[in-house]
Amino acid sequence: MSFVTALRCRECHREYALAATHVCEFCFGPLEVAYDYDAIRRAVSRVSIERGPASMWRYAPFLPCDAENRVDLGAGFTPLVRADNLGRRLGLRQLWIKNDTMNPTWSFKDRVVEVAATRARELGYDTLACASTGNLANSVAAHAAHAGMRAFVFIPSDLEAGKVIGSAVYHPTLVAVDGSYDDVNRLCAELGDRYPWAFVNINVRPYYAEGSKTLGYEVAEQLGWQAPDHCVVPMASGSLFTKIHKGLKELHQVGLIEEPLTRMHGAQAAGCAPIATAWSEGSFNFRPVKPRTIARSLAIGNPADGYYALRTLADTAGAAAAVSDEEVVEGMLLLAETEGIFAETAGGVVVAALRRLAEAGRIGPDETTVAFVTGAGLKTQEAVTDAVVQPLHVRATVPSFEEALAVREAAGTAGR
Amino acid sequence: MTRRRVRFTFPEQLITEPVIYELGHRFQVVTNIRMADVDEHIGWVVLEIDGDDADIERSLAWAQSRGVRVDPVTGDVMEG
Repeated sequence: MSFVTALRCRECHREYALAATHVCEFCFGPLEVAYDYDAIRRAVSRVSIERGPASMWRYAPFLPCDAENRVDLGAGFTPLVRADNLGRRLGLRQLWIKNDTMNPTWSFKDRVVEVAATRARELGYDTLACASTGNLANSVAAHAAHAGMRAFVFIPSDLEAGKVIGSAVYHPTLVAVDGSYDDVNRLCAELGDRYPWAFVNINVRPYYAEGSKTLGYEVAEQLGWQAPDHCVVPMASGSLFTKIHKGLKELHQVGLIEEPLTRMHGAQAAGCAPIATAWSEGSFNFRPVKPRTIARSLAIGNPADGYYALRTLADTAGAAAAVSDEEVVEGMLLLAETEGIFAETAGGVVVAALRRLAEAGRIGPDETTVAFVTGAGLKTQEAVTDAVVQPLHVRATVPSFEEALAVREAAGTAGR
Repeated sequence: MTRRRVRFTFPEQLITEPVIYELGHRFQVVTNIRMADVDEHIGWVVLEIDGDDADIERSLAWAQSRGVRVDPVTGDVMEG
């Protein structure tokens, strides 16, 4: 059962019915789901959660839909990996990687889409829709297929073929939109208002966004029911960043963990860093930018939750870092070489930002730190194609192998 | 008739220009400023525009050609 009470404006606090709506009619503030936390406190315990499914649905009482109706491909409860090798390189002795590449469509978007799809069905929709350059499109297409729903997936017409296939294989209606990034945004915002679809990050966005809280719950549970000292999180719209912190605060609110003193640190690529730039200027007003970065999953020039991400940075004494595309590639390789985790470009952004924060002394060597790796590297292979070790080419003889290996070892390029 | 809500962001050189007034005179649309924050360097306005789809589209294209950034009220809806 769900413990949702209303949708509430984050600005003026007006309340709305639990419908498919996302913006306050009076002040245009975003709507957020409100819960009866006293009822949740009575209904859940550490034990009841631990007895739940090994997926994000073990936290169903904290989600804005009924788990009995869930659209479930098995998202969540991904590994929290102790990262001693990477930690040694960065001077951090208590470093963990939340490996959200291990989701059904290989990114954290499965968490938000499972909630959105479930709530959409509860509200009577038979169609899911989204506008996306990659991960969200993949997840919406897959979950619509699993739920037997129609799917409309809008993508920019210049999207790489590999990313198109990751959605097309699930057989949605794929719409490639001509025009600039801004044109696609405006078209989809308008379509979201006109068509009787559950547009996951438009009219059902308040529900959708709640799925990201499960990352916060999981990390706390996997650390033995305690919040980390630091979280390093990629920032695109800023929603994931704020919701992980909300998840930690909610666990405290219902008595499952001590008060979290977690510092929330945000990572962006320098080619699209409206939030990090505003943070560095000490401002809560960010300026929209035109994205230019290889980290396309973070290329949100006008982030919907940018203001709230800046508030979370300030409230938790966190820091933001904007890293170059070269650092992104270095971060991807460093994570892969030290921990065996192949992240997409957004993961490279996080590792590069983590390195910056450690070097700047913002993270102490013995403070518990969790870096969130939210998508798998196979989706953005082109980013590292020229940077990875090339294979040894040999004939099918032992001498040929040994000769080639000796050459590589002499050059110091043989690999581990 | 359609109602569209958009957010205009004005660069510094347009702060002193009566862009919204001119938009209402050039096109068959009715504008209603719902929220705004303007200073001497930058300004944004949340605008409701009523009119036929084609007129609204033309008016927004004209505003962009003047240098106004036009966004959905809630920020980008495209995600990674």
